Amino acid sequence: MTGTSPAVVSASKLGLTFQTNDGPVQALSNVDLTIGKREFVSFIGPSGCGKTTLLRVIADLEKPTSGTISVNGMTPEQAREKRAYGYVFQAAALFPWRTIERNVGLPLEIMGLSKAEQAQRIKRTLDLVNLSGFEKKYPWQLSGGMQQRASIARALAFDADLLLMDEPFGALDEIVRDHLNEQLLELWGSTNKTICFVTHSIPEAVYLSTRIVVMSPRPGRVSDVIESTLPKERPLDIRETPEFLAIAARVRDGLRAGHSYDD
Amino acid sequence: MDSFRDKLVPVTSILAGVVVLWYVFAVILNTPFQRDLDRRAGETPALSEFIGKTLSQPKPTLPAPHQVAVNFFENTFLRSVTSNRSLVYNAWVTLSSTLLGFAFGTALGIIIAVGIVHVATLDRSLMPWIIASQTIPILAVAPMIIVVLAAIGITGLIPKAMISTYLSFFPVTVGMVKGLRSPEIMHLDLMHTYNASASQTFWKLRVPASVPFLFTSMKVAVAASLVGAIVGELPTGAVAGIGAKLLAGAYYSQSIDIWSALVAGSVVAALLVMVVGIAGRIVDRAMGGRPA
Repeated sequence: MTGTSPAVVSASKLGLTFQTNDGPVQALSNVDLTIGKREFVSFIGPSGCGKTTLLRVIADLEKPTSGTISVNGMTPEQAREKRAYGYVFQAAALFPWRTIERNVGLPLEIMGLSKAEQAQRIKRTLDLVNLSGFEKKYPWQLSGGMQQRASIARALAFDADLLLMDEPFGALDEIVRDHLNEQLLELWGSTNKTICFVTHSIPEAVYLSTRIVVMSPRPGRVSDVIESTLPKERPLDIRETPEFLAIAARVRDGLRAGHSYDD
Repeated sequence: MDSFRDKLVPVTSILAGVVVLWYVFAVILNTPFQRDLDRRAGETPALSEFIGKTLSQPKPTLPAPHQVAVNFFENTFLRSVTSNRSLVYNAWVTLSSTLLGFAFGTALGIIIAVGIVHVATLDRSLMPWIIASQTIPILAVAPMIIVVLAAIGITGLIPKAMISTYLSFFPVTVGMVKGLRSPEIMHLDLMHTYNASASQTFWKLRVPASVPFLFTSMKVAVAASLVGAIVGELPTGAVAGIGAKLLAGAYYSQSIDIWSALVAGSVVAALLVMVVGIAGRIVDRAMGGRPA
């Protein structure tokens, strides 16, 4: 798929079972997946299909109970300790007592960068997400879309090559979401990053991704992997083209197949 | 300011109601003694004159509001602040041990809370004792603290302050445990993805998140501190302080003095709670709090 470049994420027979009061719940089972450098991979599926869990395993926020996974050739824990990835949550998760610039600077402070280096990186990433001029604002003074952009800036600020995004635009309205999707593609095109993106929106997944991983629930597993044939340049109206609709149809079929037992 | 105006009318109406009720009860409660006096003197005053007399006894069962107000005014503004009959002097004596005890209590409360949040053993072992400590009647403990400390040569401000500490650390501990545990899972996960150390998570996330909880519990703690200081003055035969005034008033049946000392105590309590509230609002604003 990605030729000779080493895999950024490589999972084999990955499984995760949560022990709950109602007995064990299998969140992931037998997931095989390789993500190469500079890919934009979307994980799509109904709720409970383990897409967020998979992202959290990559981020070392959950430990797998079977199988193996490596991130940049290391265990997820080592990768986290090396700050190999930036993580964007469903909500902006900004600290309300910090201004936007100090929120973006939080990971830089924790890494112990010099003040000058921090200031320079904050400026660069805020420019990248079009938030220049809002440095001194507090989160509550910004709209939901701007807050989410600030949280993306925070994830970009420490220059990890891997960006993990867990339904980052799920809580936003469609117009803002379209706009941010466009900006995200632009950002990906200009920064050399590998992006793993969890979503439950078919158009969003098809529009953004180079590869779409369709997942199905009970237990969470990969039911289809779809390579996108869309060009790199993607204006918003590409979503009306037959090519786009064909990929979307395949994703929909994949999702339906995963649901077949429901009938 | 709007909230102030919104509250002004309801609060004043309640106050007016209380004053009216107070006068009614003052007349009712002081009537038996006044009737006794009049019978002995062989007088049969008209109703209006009788009511006037019930409201101007020197040692009434329940003093009328204006008697308390006059006594409070005289002892607050007309006396030299160094006189031991001055309410300002007595309030200051109580206030100084209140503040010392409050400072100790807040510090102790925070330290215990940090321990409880970070050390699982302390969480399980300490919390039941802390709760039990507050079920012990402070009136029973206060004399013992004072006697024991006097035996080892500690007298004056410190023993009273310790009783304030005893009462005020509890709300701070409970509030800060809650505050330090208040960060959302998402914020904690975020710190985890940055590979932040425990101390970084503590200073950059837990501490700022706990600040609103700290000020809320400090408001309760400062009022408790004042109660502690007054209680600390009761069993010691303290010569000065609001507690001493209350006790002296009770000995000599100076009911007006008791009530005006009570008013002084309430004023001090209200001021303390207000100062903590204002400090809390200033800190909140400095931390980017959304104006209410």
